[in-house]
Amino acid sequence: MADALLDVRGLSRRFAAVDALKAVDFSVVAGEVHALIGPNGAGKTTFIHHVSGALRPESGSVHFAGQDVTGLSMHERVRAGMARSYQITNVFPSLCARDNVALAVQGRADTGSSFRFWRPVAAETALFAEAESWLAQVGLADKADAVAGSLSHGEQRALELAMALATKPQLLLLDEPMAGTGPEESARMVELIENLARHVTILLVEHDMEAVFRLADRISVLVNGRMICTGTPDEVRSDPGVRRAYLGDHL
Amino acid sequence: MAFYRPARWQRPLALGLFAALVALPFVLEAFDQSFYIGFATRLLIFALAASSLNLVLGFGGMVSLGHAAFFGIGAYVAAICQQAGINEALFAFPAAMAVAGLFALAVGAVSLRTRSVYFIMITLAFAQMVYYLFISARAWGGDDGLPLAGRMTLAGFSLAGDRPLFFASLTALTVAMLLFGRLAQARFGRTLQAIRENETRMEALGYPVFRYRLVAFALGGAVAGLAGALLANLTGLASPNLLQWMQSGTLLVMVIIGGVGSLWGGVVGAAVLLGLEEALAGLTEHWHIVLGLLLLGVVLFAPRGVASLFGRRDG
Repeated sequence: MADALLDVRGLSRRFAAVDALKAVDFSVVAGEVHALIGPNGAGKTTFIHHVSGALRPESGSVHFAGQDVTGLSMHERVRAGMARSYQITNVFPSLCARDNVALAVQGRADTGSSFRFWRPVAAETALFAEAESWLAQVGLADKADAVAGSLSHGEQRALELAMALATKPQLLLLDEPMAGTGPEESARMVELIENLARHVTILLVEHDMEAVFRLADRISVLVNGRMICTGTPDEVRSDPGVRRAYLGDHL
Repeated sequence: MAFYRPARWQRPLALGLFAALVALPFVLEAFDQSFYIGFATRLLIFALAASSLNLVLGFGGMVSLGHAAFFGIGAYVAAICQQAGINEALFAFPAAMAVAGLFALAVGAVSLRTRSVYFIMITLAFAQMVYYLFISARAWGGDDGLPLAGRMTLAGFSLAGDRPLFFASLTALTVAMLLFGRLAQARFGRTLQAIRENETRMEALGYPVFRYRLVAFALGGAVAGLAGALLANLTGLASPNLLQWMQSGTLLVMVIIGGVGSLWGGVVGAAVLLGLEEALAGLTEHWHIVLGLLLLGVVLFAPRGVASLFGRRDG
């Protein structure tokens, strides 16, 4: 696709004797919320790892914003504008929420090098002011001083999101942002993602079908390492192959 | 662990300690105990070496079992400088730091691609390679080590005698502690500590983790090299024993006893270990048993080290 922000071509990966991903073609258009769904063990997380750069493919390519990033490491892809949140909450539990986000702000190229050995970070008020504005965006304005480990699960997921946002990505990879959250927190997260979608392109991996069908502009379905279908929510809902794969599921 | 932040009592305590150390040689001389100035110098030098390891281990989370290589290389560079007719510490000490630091850069560039027990093993292997290189180098004294003809000069002033070397070592330790204290609160130190806590997350925030670790590892190596050069001046010998893995272990024990990742861990650990050795070695040759019990006690009851017992670290 010519105007694709993320373009994956022929991505394959084997683990021992298992074909985890089989010649996957996939693209995300700038501005959309693209959901990736599939039964457990379909290879969704493996796929995300290949997009983010945590794993390298055996064959195939990943293009991002017109640039071939297949050979780039994770931190280089983040610097290129691709941020991810984790399926398992992955914040710094012993640091306060503000420090967590400040680390993300500090990691960005435009806030200057982190090879600075003398000036205390505490004096860099701009860093913390920006961190607080990201916290406000995800509804954690009053939790800036709270130690991340003491936040509720839903709040930690929101913090995780604030950290990803603070890298100022063009593409946000959200790996199961609703995982383990209660219905109330889920609803809040859906609202949050809806708001974010106005500013940033989102690739969403999620099990919560209600959330997926509400948020996604397009949906791709991964089954046994193959991308079997991509289309609008309606197209995907009526696809026979998807119905077969999800037999028994409430699609 | 949270980010390092200095406790409120730290500055007055550090200043008090510094003043006491400045007065120490004069007090000892007044009481005719100038033998202990040499001991205090040794303590300062090991505090410097242990603190450099604490940067790598405590703040960087890199369990290196090869730190003695950089320590020993520093000692040899000083001795080799003198052998080559360069007796000026203003050249020899920076040279020791540069050679040790560059070697650490090379070792780190390879070792830091591995993790956990493999990292321990590969740093150990590098250090042992250096050890065997030096014991087989006839020109540098082989097994016997390379003796210094006398102490070097610093900016033209001789380091001979108790006081000059004591003050040179005190200056080196003070500057290093000041640097480490600032560094731990600066961007670099926070990055390093966050990497220690969760390396993958830092990658995912766009940090080139490997580069930060490598710079910390090389900086630690360079400071250890300075400590080695000072020690060679104190003992008058660049000994291959300084390069041995036992020495790496001793530095590791100092940091663990003192407090991994607390700024003063290396200093406290060196003081406790060398103090214990001094106090007990005269009484019994089995003083290592006491040391073993102490280490056990620290690990069980104060896993953050003796330094953490002096007041709670905020933050």
